[in-house]
Amino acid sequence: MPLTGYLVLAALVFVIGLFGVLTRRNAVGILLGIELMLNAVNINLVAFSRFRADVAGLIFTLFTIAITVAEIAVGLAIVIVIFRVRRTIEADHLDLLRG
Amino acid sequence: MTEILGFWVAAVVLVAASLAVVLTPNLFHAVLWLAVALVATGGVFLLLDSPFLFAVQLLLYAGGVVTIVVFAIMLTERLVGESIRQTSRFVFNGAVLAAAVFVGIMGFLLQAGVVARPAASGDQLRDLGRALVGPFGGPLQLLGVLLVIALLGALYFARAED
Repeated sequence: MPLTGYLVLAALVFVIGLFGVLTRRNAVGILLGIELMLNAVNINLVAFSRFRADVAGLIFTLFTIAITVAEIAVGLAIVIVIFRVRRTIEADHLDLLRG
Repeated sequence: MTEILGFWVAAVVLVAASLAVVLTPNLFHAVLWLAVALVATGGVFLLLDSPFLFAVQLLLYAGGVVTIVVFAIMLTERLVGESIRQTSRFVFNGAVLAAAVFVGIMGFLLQAGVVARPAASGDQLRDLGRALVGPFGGPLQLLGVLLVIALLGALYFARAED
């Protein structure tokens, strides 16, 4: 399979994740969409690393995986705090910062 | 030949599971579909001769991330009843914007030439380890600091009120 096949697959997964981020009402659902988008980026990095025979792409993938785990941990902690304070995690109802 | 067959299987599973993640009305089912999508991504890593990343993907994503998302859903929604069902909004606008981004990316991809796949290197894991303690040693230390900060921050946010 040529490099373009992997890149098209990653682009598809990326836009599906983008669609999820734009349409989900629930904060956890939005985080799931972000997960899909970051996953697509990882496919790109590994594909370029393989086709250019350069190990740097794999290192970047390891770093993005670790940073994504940190991001989802902090994001879910924030979601739980918001639920405790507002009793909802609907993104439309979270307007505390609106002037 | 096996690689092309494997690619199509992984691609179909990955795209179908991703669509299920964003379209299913039940948030709990969406997380389970996300686990399928993450394992399929690991399969793509295998096709790209990266068994180490496949293992990392299974351990960290399919094992760790899915577990904590399930916990977050169980803490913030009632699992029984209809409260976990989600309706989507702006579906048409979201689909148009996503399709536009896809067309834009495809515009770039179609201009690119064909790249030949080089032969697999002998010991990828050794190269990876040497790079992690060699040129990428500093960033690796920073990554450890970031993980500690993030986990302490998450712990601080979610701690019990006293």
